[in-house]
Amino acid sequence: MTEFAQQVISGLASGGIYASLALALVLIYNAMGLVNFAQGEMAMLATFLAYTLIGRGMSYWIALPITIVVAFAGGLVIQRVIIRPVERAPVLTLVIVTLGLATLVNGLAGFLYGYIPRDFPSPFSVQTVDILGAAASYRDLGVIGVSAVVLVLIYLLLQRTTLGLAMRAAAHHPEASRLLGVRVSWMLALGWGLASAAGAVSGIMVAPILLLEPNMMQSVIIYAFAAAVLGGIESPLGAVIGGLIVGVTVNLAGAYVPGVGGDLQLAVAFLIIIAVLVVRPNGLLGRRAARRA
Amino acid sequence: MSRLAKWPPRYWLVVLVVLVFFGLPTQVTSFQSLEWAEVLIFAIVILGLNLLVGYNGQLSLGHGAFMAIGAYTTAILVHRYNVNYLATIPIAGLLTGLVGFFLGIPALRLSPLYLALATFALAVITPSLIKRPVGLTQGTDGIEILPQQPPDWASSAFTSVTGGPPMSSDQWLYYVVFFIAVILFWIAWNIVRRRPGRAFMAIRDGEVAAAAFGVNIAGYKTLAFGLSAFYAGVAGSLYALATGFVHPDEFPVSLSLGLLVGAVIGGLGSIPGPLLGGIFTFWLPILSGQFVGGQSWIPDQVAAVFKNAGPAVTYGALLILIMIFAPNGVVGLILSAYARLRSRLRGAGERTTGQLPPDPQTV
Repeated sequence: MTEFAQQVISGLASGGIYASLALALVLIYNAMGLVNFAQGEMAMLATFLAYTLIGRGMSYWIALPITIVVAFAGGLVIQRVIIRPVERAPVLTLVIVTLGLATLVNGLAGFLYGYIPRDFPSPFSVQTVDILGAAASYRDLGVIGVSAVVLVLIYLLLQRTTLGLAMRAAAHHPEASRLLGVRVSWMLALGWGLASAAGAVSGIMVAPILLLEPNMMQSVIIYAFAAAVLGGIESPLGAVIGGLIVGVTVNLAGAYVPGVGGDLQLAVAFLIIIAVLVVRPNGLLGRRAARRA
Repeated sequence: MSRLAKWPPRYWLVVLVVLVFFGLPTQVTSFQSLEWAEVLIFAIVILGLNLLVGYNGQLSLGHGAFMAIGAYTTAILVHRYNVNYLATIPIAGLLTGLVGFFLGIPALRLSPLYLALATFALAVITPSLIKRPVGLTQGTDGIEILPQQPPDWASSAFTSVTGGPPMSSDQWLYYVVFFIAVILFWIAWNIVRRRPGRAFMAIRDGEVAAAAFGVNIAGYKTLAFGLSAFYAGVAGSLYALATGFVHPDEFPVSLSLGLLVGAVIGGLGSIPGPLLGGIFTFWLPILSGQFVGGQSWIPDQVAAVFKNAGPAVTYGALLILIMIFAPNGVVGLILSAYARLRSRLRGAGERTTGQLPPDPQTV
């Protein structure tokens, strides 16, 4: 039983990471009806920035906010420079552009940092603390805590501020918002910035576990896809719930389902995606979307 | 003869290209024949991808996985069951087509985004999925296929033309690939000009309108997916025969992305485009690696990194630039340049005829 509880807690920790990245995907989906395939790679590049800052002797807790701010600015710039020229193009064009972006960023990171996995520092020790009879590591708890803070901040921004209202309005009713004086295009750019920042947090959280290298996020992005699809791809709350469910499910499957093991955990995420698409395409919390022809 | 005289110039271009590829092995080395066979293999799978993406508007990021299915079908049949290698090619194609058909079913009711997501996930997990059933796929050891000797008639015909050494197995394989490629291009060309092709494009350009005109949306969407997977399966089978070896790590997610790059660069929604895409996808990593490696002023360390990262950077940048500036790819650029040239030559009166729409955006 204690082992089971431990698996659940470490599943929740990974789930928090997936939730942050899934939330980033949802933010961009809501802004422009697009799944950003480059989200994971952008997060990876931001993590390398944090790595460089910390390597220069900067404190972890100073490097983290700096990285988040830079990631925010980077997301904004990417939207302005690369996405805006094709903003009105069909969704396939947009997807191909984000794929190009993913490949480009991955290659750039390979150029700059090489492909050797690196240790990434974590401010939380791997020592364990006893919670309800289960031994949870401080690192897992810290990851859960940081993810929760990020998710709450984004929730407050979107739901409780005028800016958040304008962003949501621009995403759902661009024409009406424009008439009311919302600068729609800039709101989309802000959405990209915000998504990039949320992704950066997930990258920094996952790096101590997976080791930092250019392909680090390749598996994480699949889990985040599964989380976003499971939660309903347009629901921020759904992304969080989906992330936690995917994290725990995958962890438990790896530990208890015979034949899954470490290498096929990704296949579990793939199965989740397929199952959701077949059984309930709108996900747990998604609205029944009107189909766009 | 009079019909031939009425042929438009592009038909003669096709004949020329086919003849060039037919005669190629007599002019280049055996190893180079094998390289060009791989170019044609890439062209085949990109053609299949183009039927799906360019003509039907669905996005697959998993064609590397389909190639893997085709390749392993052939490898297992030849290696374990001693099936004739030529017979395994259609089997591999049909099996892969069937898998694609069933994978396409959940995609029917969904936007292309979900299909892209699901196929991307499939491409990522493919290597670890292959490694699992060790008894069947021999896991990370891979499966070796012995080279195929050319039949006597082919060998003697080849020698009588070149007057040189007898036909090598690589050259024979080139011809196998060549004839299959010609047939598959011919089939694709006929499909897109006839009823299925028109239905594919109608669905791409407006699903609701297509349904209103009585197009069977579900049927044609799964057909496009299955057909596309069939092409990938045949290509995968040929790939296994050409390289003589299959291994799980030969089918990474970057292969699927490279195929998409090839389709985009050649030109989505065009039949000759995939040939250009195949040439590009095969030669870019090799030539750029050779170029950088051959430059003495570039430090070895940088060159080694470039070998890994260079194609990714180039692919990514090209994908973005082409989608922004030339969404119809190289073929689109050539066609619009040709149309402009013709209208220039014929004078201002006909300037608008034969020109592509200003912003075609076939995707």
